[in-house]
Amino acid sequence: MRWVRDPLLVVEGLTMRFGGLTAVRDLSFSVGRGDITALIGPNGAGKTTVFNCITGFYKPTSGLMALSTGGPVRLDEVAALASTGHRYKCVDDQIGADGVFLLERMPDFEIARRARVARTFQNIRLFSGMTVLENLIVAQHTPLMRASGWTIKGLFGAPQYRQAEAAAMKRARYWLEHIELTHRADDAAGSLPYGDQRRLEIARAMCTDPVLLCLDEPAAGLNPRESLELNTLLRTIRDHHATSILLIEHDMSVVMEISDHVVVLEYGLRISDGTPESVRNDPKVIAAYLGVDDDEVAQVEAEVGL
Amino acid sequence: MEYFVQQLINGLTLGSIYGLIAIGYTMVFGIIGMVNFAHGDVFMISAFIALILLILLTQFLGVTSIGLALLIVLVAGMFLTALWSWVIERIAYRPLAGSFRLAPLISAIGMAIFLLNFVQVTQGPRNKASPSILNNVMTIPMGNGSVTISERQALIFIVTAILLLAFWAIVQKTKLGRAQRACEQDRRMAALLGINVDRTISLTFVIGGALASVAGLMFMSYYGVVSFSDGFTPGVKAFTAAVLGGIGSLPGAVIGGLLIGLIETMWSAYFSIDYKDVAAFSILAIVLIFMPSGLLGRPDVEKV
Amino acid sequence: MDTTDGGTPVSDGALPSPRFPIEDALRSAGLWALVTLGLCFPIVAFETLQDFSNRLTIEARPLLVLFAVAAVFAGRLGWLAVRYHGLPQLLPATRFELTPERKKQLPRIGLAALLIFPFFALLLTGQGGAVKWIDNFGVQILIYVMLAWGLNIVVGLAGLLDLGYVAFYAVGAYAYALIATYVIPATVPGLGPWAFWICLPIAGILAAFWGILLGFPVLRLRGDYLAIVTLAFGEIIRLVLINWVEVTNGNAGIRTPYITFFGLPFSSRTGETTFGDVFALPGSPAVHRSMFLYYTILALALLVAVATQRLRRLPIGRAWEAMREDEIACRSLGINTVNTKLTAFAIGAMFGGLAGAFFGARQGFVNPRSFEFMESATILAIVVLGGMGSLVGVAIAAVAVIGGIELLRELSFLKQIFGPEFDPGQYRMLIFGLAMVLMMIWRPRGLVGARQPTIALDGNAKAISASHVKEGHG
Repeated sequence: MRWVRDPLLVVEGLTMRFGGLTAVRDLSFSVGRGDITALIGPNGAGKTTVFNCITGFYKPTSGLMALSTGGPVRLDEVAALASTGHRYKCVDDQIGADGVFLLERMPDFEIARRARVARTFQNIRLFSGMTVLENLIVAQHTPLMRASGWTIKGLFGAPQYRQAEAAAMKRARYWLEHIELTHRADDAAGSLPYGDQRRLEIARAMCTDPVLLCLDEPAAGLNPRESLELNTLLRTIRDHHATSILLIEHDMSVVMEISDHVVVLEYGLRISDGTPESVRNDPKVIAAYLGVDDDEVAQVEAEVGL
Repeated sequence: MEYFVQQLINGLTLGSIYGLIAIGYTMVFGIIGMVNFAHGDVFMISAFIALILLILLTQFLGVTSIGLALLIVLVAGMFLTALWSWVIERIAYRPLAGSFRLAPLISAIGMAIFLLNFVQVTQGPRNKASPSILNNVMTIPMGNGSVTISERQALIFIVTAILLLAFWAIVQKTKLGRAQRACEQDRRMAALLGINVDRTISLTFVIGGALASVAGLMFMSYYGVVSFSDGFTPGVKAFTAAVLGGIGSLPGAVIGGLLIGLIETMWSAYFSIDYKDVAAFSILAIVLIFMPSGLLGRPDVEKV
Repeated sequence: MDTTDGGTPVSDGALPSPRFPIEDALRSAGLWALVTLGLCFPIVAFETLQDFSNRLTIEARPLLVLFAVAAVFAGRLGWLAVRYHGLPQLLPATRFELTPERKKQLPRIGLAALLIFPFFALLLTGQGGAVKWIDNFGVQILIYVMLAWGLNIVVGLAGLLDLGYVAFYAVGAYAYALIATYVIPATVPGLGPWAFWICLPIAGILAAFWGILLGFPVLRLRGDYLAIVTLAFGEIIRLVLINWVEVTNGNAGIRTPYITFFGLPFSSRTGETTFGDVFALPGSPAVHRSMFLYYTILALALLVAVATQRLRRLPIGRAWEAMREDEIACRSLGINTVNTKLTAFAIGAMFGGLAGAFFGARQGFVNPRSFEFMESATILAIVVLGGMGSLVGVAIAAVAVIGGIELLRELSFLKQIFGPEFDPGQYRMLIFGLAMVLMMIWRPRGLVGARQPTIALDGNAKAISASHVKEGHG
């Protein structure tokens, strides 16, 4: 129950309307620090919309999304910050420093570099004309930009920049090894097979050194072996890095096997929230997935052998 | 007051011409998603075609009735300009379908340069004064003075209205119109459903060319002078009209055309004639920046 | 062109039909000829002329039409035959391919050629002819190389389609013209001879400023819309230059001081010490001046090239290319795309401004005519023909396009064939336009479509095939 004890992200009353359509309605949930949290639900439940709100690509109609690095989200602290009108509060106002961030107020790239939330996309968005290595280097833009003295020092080949680039290379190498793509580092990202592209996108997001990694259907289109590799990769991230994971997934084998916490959406509403076991046995969830009334659930359960 | 009404009439006349050209832009953009840069020059060529045909008919073939001459010029001009538009699509755009996205734009710019210089080479660089026709004016008393409508202006209104209605009927009611709208939505799917996409695109260019030729005839008779360089500025203004109305929308193109015509005329009448083109270009920029879907277009949502 | 295309193309391995299908080919060629006839009537068939009473009349040119129709018929027939039988083996069949080592040397060879070009021209054509070759060809081409390299940052790297680039060229030229002609003589006349060198950085900064100013409103635009708005901005600036007569002197333009050799004029009517007086070099002042212009613009262009190469290996340059590939992914990685776009606009504009200042100092005269949309189109065409993002490709394209246009001016021998009335110069742009269309059909990705990675694991990265590289959304 880390999401209660030590929440990294607290979403409160999130609502997103597109014209007349309410994609997400008054949604509240927390993401625990160090957890793998899965956001599941039938097609059109509003999962990707939640992702786009958290990562700043959509401005939510209303609601609060507070992320705290360094310590659990404390609601009194968040309320105090919200009343000041600031978007975030962090140590020395440094990019990448610990602090409290009100994500609904921040533009997408600020969420990525200040609040350190990284994401992948449902339809892979790699820089396909750049090499695998370049993809991983671009992800380290923020520290490299600072080291290059906002380009000016870099233009004259300052040693500080060369050191930073070497450090970036080291990190890139590390992730290349983890996704087993070292041998293809200098090939165009667009030339990789689909499964490799998925892993590369995750590695690229990890290169930004995130506290929260949001994965939008990472197992979509993977074969069973690749799916297994993905599980290993995600566990490595959780166990060896200070990165929590929030993922959208349809593949229940992935969800049930690796997640610590599952939130279920249907028609933009939260219908269940808890450990994988508790969610698995929640009649509402079964009904939502199988499209049957609650009273028929027992019967269906018997049929599917639960 | 009568000054204003007079400017209103002049503005709507000019706007009709822009609207006719704008339809060509809007249809082509709708169907293949490119700005047909050469369209303004197709319009310019059509003005020359109209001019030459008119002289040919009245001076050499002995057609004395100006009405008959204009009718022949209109029909023949539509046919010949449509041919130009068709050939341009076949040569400069079709081979590039599905290639690098910038290629058709560059090809279109090249085509525009070619057409401009082709007319300059074949017809000479000087302005050509057309025979003056339909000079009678109708004077309507109003307030202390009066407002005049020339036969030319009346003709422009009437022809534009008839053509637009006919054209509207084609797009709304016929199989071609349906095919066109299907191609706009999803070209690949339309092809899978058995629509001849190439033919539909060709016909779009043909219709665009035919309408531009009407605009060319109007332009020639309204201003009484044409030059090889007359394609660019009206072309950009007509494109502005298409964008203002909402690109892809036919009524939008006409409304946009009328608005641009009015704005240009009013700007010249009340502010400064020197900066009328600056006004038109500024509107283009402002509309694209602040309301890129125009008056009647569909909004475009960024997909993540 | 028609659907009943005569002559099936022989694809390798396919069953060749026993003989050339002459009827089909004739039908196709006939159709082409018919279409040509339709296109020629009436625009070629009749010439509009003013008669003695100043009335417009027309004159028939049946021979010209006949010639055009026959040419198209024969051309189509010939093309079909060639496509059917394959090209006669006049040319060696091996394709011209450079080995990777040779490719690496290409920039160096090119640079050496550029450095010795003026002396080469001097050696071959003597003093009289050399000025034309150095100035009309060398300097003219290098101005466009510089402009195209500058635009390459915006279009090729950042993927932002800019059709109004000439505006920054104009800003630079007018910055030079106004400051050197009015401001400096009115304030510190002693600095007069140094005008160019003082104005150069100012022009760059001003143009960069305008780049940001015009870049701001278009940040959200994509694709053809971006192209059209930048075109509109370019036209607005030109129209303001025409109409704001009090400052710019309108279409009449501004006469500007000529470039000096760091303060030393190349020729002087007022008896100042000239370059020739101080350095006793052989050759006329005109040759000295054109040589100096040549090396100045070469240095400026190389500055752009070096800056581009360095920027590509810096985070900002990588962010440009990443933005071209996928802007949304960039934002998800914490890249501020607003600043990234504005820097691209500003840096591209700055180089345009520098080229503009040079243009002003070279011509000794600026007027709005030099900054028409055609210029923007030409520069963009060079960038696209060269292959977006490739410095070598763009340079080759500039030489081909500008050199080609200038060479067409030189075809005066054609006058002997077609009579003195014939002006080959007017066919320049006609051919240029047609060549643009054909180039796009032949190589839509440009001469060098492959992209060179900016960093590699084993230090020796291979180029990335053009099929993976995106062209950006703008």
